[in-house]
Amino acid sequence: MPSPNQTPKAVPIPPAGSALILLKINGVDRSLSIDPRTSLLDVLREHLSLTGPKKGCNQGACGACTVLMDGQRVLSCLSLAVQLEGREITTIEGIANGELHPLQAAFIEHDGFQCGYCTPGQICSAIGMFQEFQNGLPSAVTGDMAAATIEFSDTEIKERMSGNLCRCGAYVGICEAIHSAFDREVAK
Amino acid sequence: MSVLQKLMETVVQFMPDKAPDPLIHKHGYLGTPVSRVDGQRKVKGEARFTAEFEIENLAYAVPVCSTIAKGRIISIDAYDAERSPGVIAIVTAENAPKMKRPPLMDVRHMDKGFAASDLAVLQDDKISWDGQPVAVVVAETLEQAEHAASLVRVEYDEKAARVSFEDLKAEATVPSAVMGEDPELEIGNAQKAFAAAAFKVDNLYRTPHYNHNAIEPHAAIAAWDEDGRLTVFDSTQFVNGCKHALAGMFGLDGDDVRVIAPFVGGGFGGKAALWNHTALCAAAAKVANRPVKMALSREDVFRLIGGRTPSEQRVALGADKEGKFAAIIHTGVTATTTHAKFPEQFSLTPRHLYASRTMSVGQKVVNLDTVANTWMRAPGESIGTFALESAIDELAYAMKIDPVELRRLNEPERDPTKGTEFSSRHLVEAYRRGAEKFGWSGRPAEPCSQRDGKWLIGQGVATAYYPVFRFPAAVRLRIAADGSALVQAAANEMGMGTATVQIQHAADRLGLPLEMVSFRYGDSDLPDSPIIAGGSSQTGSIAAAVQVAVEKAHRELVKLAGNGSPLAGANVEIEARDGGLFLSGEGNKGETYASILKRAGRDFIEVEETSGMPFEVMKYSMASYGAQFCKARVNRESGEVRISRWLGSFDCGRILNPKTAVSQLRGGIVMGIGMALAEETLLDTRRGRIMNPSLAEYHVPVHLDVPHIEIIYNDIPDEHTPLGAHGVGEIGITGAAAAIANAIFHATGKRIRDLPITLGKLL
Ligand code: FES
Ligand code: FES
Repeated sequence: MPSPNQTPKAVPIPPAGSALILLKINGVDRSLSIDPRTSLLDVLREHLSLTGPKKGCNQGACGACTVLMDGQRVLSCLSLAVQLEGREITTIEGIANGELHPLQAAFIEHDGFQCGYCTPGQICSAIGMFQEFQNGLPSAVTGDMAAATIEFSDTEIKERMSGNLCRCGAYVGICEAIHSAFDREVAK
Repeated sequence: MSVLQKLMETVVQFMPDKAPDPLIHKHGYLGTPVSRVDGQRKVKGEARFTAEFEIENLAYAVPVCSTIAKGRIISIDAYDAERSPGVIAIVTAENAPKMKRPPLMDVRHMDKGFAASDLAVLQDDKISWDGQPVAVVVAETLEQAEHAASLVRVEYDEKAARVSFEDLKAEATVPSAVMGEDPELEIGNAQKAFAAAAFKVDNLYRTPHYNHNAIEPHAAIAAWDEDGRLTVFDSTQFVNGCKHALAGMFGLDGDDVRVIAPFVGGGFGGKAALWNHTALCAAAAKVANRPVKMALSREDVFRLIGGRTPSEQRVALGADKEGKFAAIIHTGVTATTTHAKFPEQFSLTPRHLYASRTMSVGQKVVNLDTVANTWMRAPGESIGTFALESAIDELAYAMKIDPVELRRLNEPERDPTKGTEFSSRHLVEAYRRGAEKFGWSGRPAEPCSQRDGKWLIGQGVATAYYPVFRFPAAVRLRIAADGSALVQAAANEMGMGTATVQIQHAADRLGLPLEMVSFRYGDSDLPDSPIIAGGSSQTGSIAAAVQVAVEKAHRELVKLAGNGSPLAGANVEIEARDGGLFLSGEGNKGETYASILKRAGRDFIEVEETSGMPFEVMKYSMASYGAQFCKARVNRESGEVRISRWLGSFDCGRILNPKTAVSQLRGGIVMGIGMALAEETLLDTRRGRIMNPSLAEYHVPVHLDVPHIEIIYNDIPDEHTPLGAHGVGEIGITGAAAAIANAIFHATGKRIRDLPITLGKLL
């Protein structure tokens, strides 16, 4: 927000398009020249037409912009694109291999969304979340940290997904979709 | 209420009912849990929302917002901003195109569109709220626009602002009307009856200022063509309303404005009216002479887009020894602004819910210097049911009677204030089924009687209520020679499943498989009518129009089929099935649409129809109802509240698509959980600035806050509504906060009448 108290004259103004970056997005190398202030989210949405990742808050509070970076979930609105040279980014557009990812199909079956705006973030987040779970990472609701296995329970899922807001309130459907897509793999 | 309105209400009582829709009792796609037709696009990230349309030569606009609530602009120093790299234009009152003031909502003139505030900003130096745009910066990129906006310096002449609801509520006055109804209503002498009642409660309930916070922030893209026509992509719940309001502001013909909105990322009422960023985006595009996008930041949404008014409500209930209500007194105050003029209609709720010997309801409103308040999910009923349904619970304890039983005892036979017949009200049945499923009878009557370690446990219940609205709608229907059908309506989709349910409907009515029907919407170039995704009215409004359009198309097809067709001169009924028209009960005697059209040498037929006025809504008392049951756990040490179980038992006419309807009902309940326990927009009451304009500080429910929400419904069709359905979009939030407050009382013995029920209030 502009405020009358700011002293903007001293602020150095970087020229536009001054940084050249190379990103691997959904398996494709993309090189582009961007304003170094650009977030990964804005690179995706405004420069590469990958509008699957959504902007809900632009400050790390809603999860709508979640993408996978080297397989881990990250908030693309809080990631400066120029710092991501060489990283592999997967957006919702790159989640499926041909048809639908089982989780995408489960979202449709269990009506894990209404408006669909938070959905790409929920799906990317859930995929990253499940990987964390499979890797044995505990969460704030994990009772026994030393236990050999953690139960893939509703509470675990909800705690781990609580960074992804859904104002339409599709939480019940999202949780069901996550169970139906991943429960089998937990058992493995 | 005007004399004309009163006369109308009397006249409609003598109007005959429309014949019930034959589809009401037919099994088809309607009533089955069809998955969303746009589900694939949404889960693949392919559904394009407003800010995502690719437009050539697009520039980015960022608003500069006032940091004072009242006063005037002395000067705007844009020297540095103008010279900042990439800046194309800085739009202020000095160079903004002339914009007329837009109209506010008037239910009688929905077709003209409306804005949330009747101010046209950037037209003068006056500041009416903290957050009002004072300039718009247009630049080549978003980063450049944001940076340059931070360089604009504004000097103000600040005046004392009236912003504190608490301090000013005593000055509230009676508005001329509340949603077209008389603002105050008396039946008998409620004060006297209350004084003499055997049992009574009399308390004040407070609800704070809330914001919708749809996850998609408001956005617009505007482009002018050489002929001065305007195209706008806008995150709106009302494409035609947006079009007409914009046309009026810019002095254009309605036909010279086109508004496109295929997918809206949640609205909840916050995107129903035109807000000034859309007009500013169009103004900026004009000044910059190129297409401009203005996608508001989350903070901008709080500053530019208003939410729900705070309220203070008094509910006094008196009952006789048998438990019958002798008096319902429900009064109070809400806030609005001089430019929004919207008194949120909480006082309409008590007019339709309970039988009472006397009643005194009414509301006042106070003008504040804040952003315009607006409709937010179940405006009126959400906060009205919090107060009324908390009070009912309090009275039940005072009488030592079960709260479900108390409600049953006071179930009215006719509308308590209008005296009209209920078209379809089975609330008692919803309570019966809900109580059974929830196991209500196993609940101990005494508060503070269940405990699990440091957690106190309680169960609460409350009535959900939301009226039925319908607006005349226009649709276009095309049946093509390949046997497919296309329904077109200037409808809106923000998550309700608009296309899905309309395709189900048209397929049933046309006798086509789902795959053969498509639905085009989200574009004001489609037939012009006030189809709004608001008031839980859209599905019914469109359905009524589709019904008449299909009937017209069928008549034309029979004519087209000619004398050689088995349909000619048929003296049995003709029915639509198997992709065409066939004689009822006579097997394959008839003809498919494809065959009729091919024989006639036609590629398609197309009809356009408008549904009639919603007289049924005036003739009958019509509403969706429900019983909300919940279980709350309250931590004795921290005051933390956890909702561990929820069952909503609804009576919303026929459920058209159980999958999407249940999602909407749940969504409303989730928002009700937020309303009850966490949400609150905090205003600095000295300066009128919102202090928590972010999703980090305005707490909406997250995954872990929401239990499994079980939904059951009566599924009893209403013979007087299109498809037998009532709305399901808003009712979910109603009664929810009261059910929670009631459960918390049952758990702790503490009655909290002041939302949100945060930890401190329970310690
Ligand atoms: S947009 Fe990144 S967390 Fe909200
Ligand atoms: S589906 Fe609308 S915000 Fe989640």
